[in-house]
Amino acid sequence: MATDHSRVAARFMISPAVLLLLGWMIIPLSMTIYFSFLNYNLLSPGMEEWIGFTNYEYFLTDPAFFAALGNTLLLVGGVLLITIVGGIGLALLLDQPMWGQGIVRILVIAPFFVMPTVSALVWKNMFMNPVNGLFAHAAKALGFAPFDFFAHAPLFSIIMIVAWQWLPFATLIMLTALQSLDQEQLEAAKMDGARKFNRFFHITLPHMSRAITVVILIQTIFLLSIFAEILVTTNGGPGYASTNITYLVYAQSLLQFDVGGGSAGGIVAVILANIVAFFLMRMIGKNLET
Amino acid sequence: MGSIKLENVSKSFGTVEVIPPLNLDINEGEFVVFVGPSGCGKSTLLRLIAGLEDVTSGTISIDGQDATEIRPARRGLAMVFQSYALYPHMSVRKNIAFPLKMAKLDQAEIDRKVNKAAEVLNLASYIDRRPGQLSGGQRQRVAIGRAIVREPKAFLFDEPLSNLDAALRVNMRLEISELHQNLKTTMVYVTHDQVEAMTMADKIVVLRAGVIEQVGSPLELYRQPANKFVASFIGSPKMNFIDGEAASKYQAHTIGVRPEHLRFSRESGPWKGVVGVAEHLGSDTFLYVTLEGGEQFTVRTVGNAEFHHGDVVYLSAEPENIYRFDENGLAIK
Ligand SMILES: Nc1ncnc2c1ncn2[C@@H]1O[C@H](COP(=O)(O)OP(=O)(O)O)[C@@H](O)[C@H]1O
Ligand SMILES: [Mg+2]
Repeated sequence: MATDHSRVAARFMISPAVLLLLGWMIIPLSMTIYFSFLNYNLLSPGMEEWIGFTNYEYFLTDPAFFAALGNTLLLVGGVLLITIVGGIGLALLLDQPMWGQGIVRILVIAPFFVMPTVSALVWKNMFMNPVNGLFAHAAKALGFAPFDFFAHAPLFSIIMIVAWQWLPFATLIMLTALQSLDQEQLEAAKMDGARKFNRFFHITLPHMSRAITVVILIQTIFLLSIFAEILVTTNGGPGYASTNITYLVYAQSLLQFDVGGGSAGGIVAVILANIVAFFLMRMIGKNLET
Repeated sequence: MGSIKLENVSKSFGTVEVIPPLNLDINEGEFVVFVGPSGCGKSTLLRLIAGLEDVTSGTISIDGQDATEIRPARRGLAMVFQSYALYPHMSVRKNIAFPLKMAKLDQAEIDRKVNKAAEVLNLASYIDRRPGQLSGGQRQRVAIGRAIVREPKAFLFDEPLSNLDAALRVNMRLEISELHQNLKTTMVYVTHDQVEAMTMADKIVVLRAGVIEQVGSPLELYRQPANKFVASFIGSPKMNFIDGEAASKYQAHTIGVRPEHLRFSRESGPWKGVVGVAEHLGSDTFLYVTLEGGEQFTVRTVGNAEFHHGDVVYLSAEPENIYRFDENGLAIK
């Protein structure tokens, strides 16, 4: 029970932290917004001038923007699908009593500790390389022609790499959810005549809905800004086939030295992320309530 | 419909034998209570009957048919769990309808049965709520509702009242007994509370460490306990025991006297003691007496006895109500 007096004191005491955080966010954001209205190219310094919404017009009407938007959604959706289905599957497996459970669990989390650039390079050079990669060797051993992943299925390859990185996270969250399920509920369902599939569908899955929500929310935030994996594998290509919004902003501002256009793209990305977050919260936020 | 027979049923977890081979007959329509101290294997025995655990050896037959290898749902038994085990994401209606839905009944039939159960158990007013929004007693009713819609051959209850407060416990006890009167279905009920056993059972099965110590009606167990364990477990307050010289007068190793069968006087009697605590309940008085030999005795008397801490009291037993036991704790007939 806080008195009025202590409440005022509390607000006063936390205000420096709040102000610091606010400044941390507001200053870069407002500078980005400011730049986005300028004709600001690093190749012609000192020539900045106010050009209103022109940068936005260029960014939003660029065909690359729509390609990147589609790729972003595919990347996020594809990785979410694989990690959630795979995470639930792996969690169900790991929940079975077995010998060496502790070690297996550590092995499963391991990919999470590998840096994105490193894991993408490992995949690129050790697995997916059409000459030396393991997949190429396997294909040759089976009598098929090796498949050049990054040339013919660049987005799919990146989805695979990112899904591999995030699968451990999803698995861990699902596993803890699974272990918190009251065994008596499953036994009651067994007595009530529910077979394995029905028990999973009617008891286990609803119990895990909150964990699934958490995985979707957290992963979406990180997946919208995937960058390193694209940079070290395909560089967004071929063409724009594996460019997402984040990578497009980078290409615009740093490869073409167009700070104004890049800033406009960044603001568009922020707005899109907020729209996605809004719908996510609307759609599944109620799972988090009770 | 609803007789259960256990033949040489045993259960081990790993190398630990929790239930040595035992035999038990549960007749159709009977209310059977498994009673025993915590950890004696009551739940395990119930779960063996339900099919939630596999027997290590022996056979379980239901209605004369071998059910040992049949999966739980097919045995036609319904279970009420200690934690109720309601499905938290489903409304009360859906919880009760779940077994019917799994049995693929058509929706009209399901609705009819659920409504009937809701009426019998008085839970219509909260049928659209979730279990999380219900009190303990209401959850208990829903759990029973989910069991009765299946119209099982027998009900299995695992300490269903242990999560309720004392007043509610007495109420639910009566309701379950009433339910049994109305349905006339076999019920197997597990409890560690001998009062529940005495008040509800047609037949009590007393267990200790997985072994059946005695089977009988409540009054049989009260009047003719087979051994010291049953004698001290059944009846409240517990039976008083005394051994040595006092017992050998009766040609026994130990004799037992129930608190309600002790007489007391201020002047004389065979056993002299000092009152430790006197509990005056109005209708009854309980005296906790320490005898000269160090034994703790409890005395129950109707009405008010004017005894207080430190008073000297002489106790004697009603001769026809003395229980005699040999050195192995078995009753001498
Ligand atoms: N799944 C299990 N694995 C190993 N031991 C168990 C298991 N279930 C019960 N036990 C043991 O069996 C004994 C009887 O347990 P239980 O039937 O639950 O007792 P009660 O219900 O009478 O309190 C206990 O000693 C308990 O530790
Ligand atoms: Mg138990």
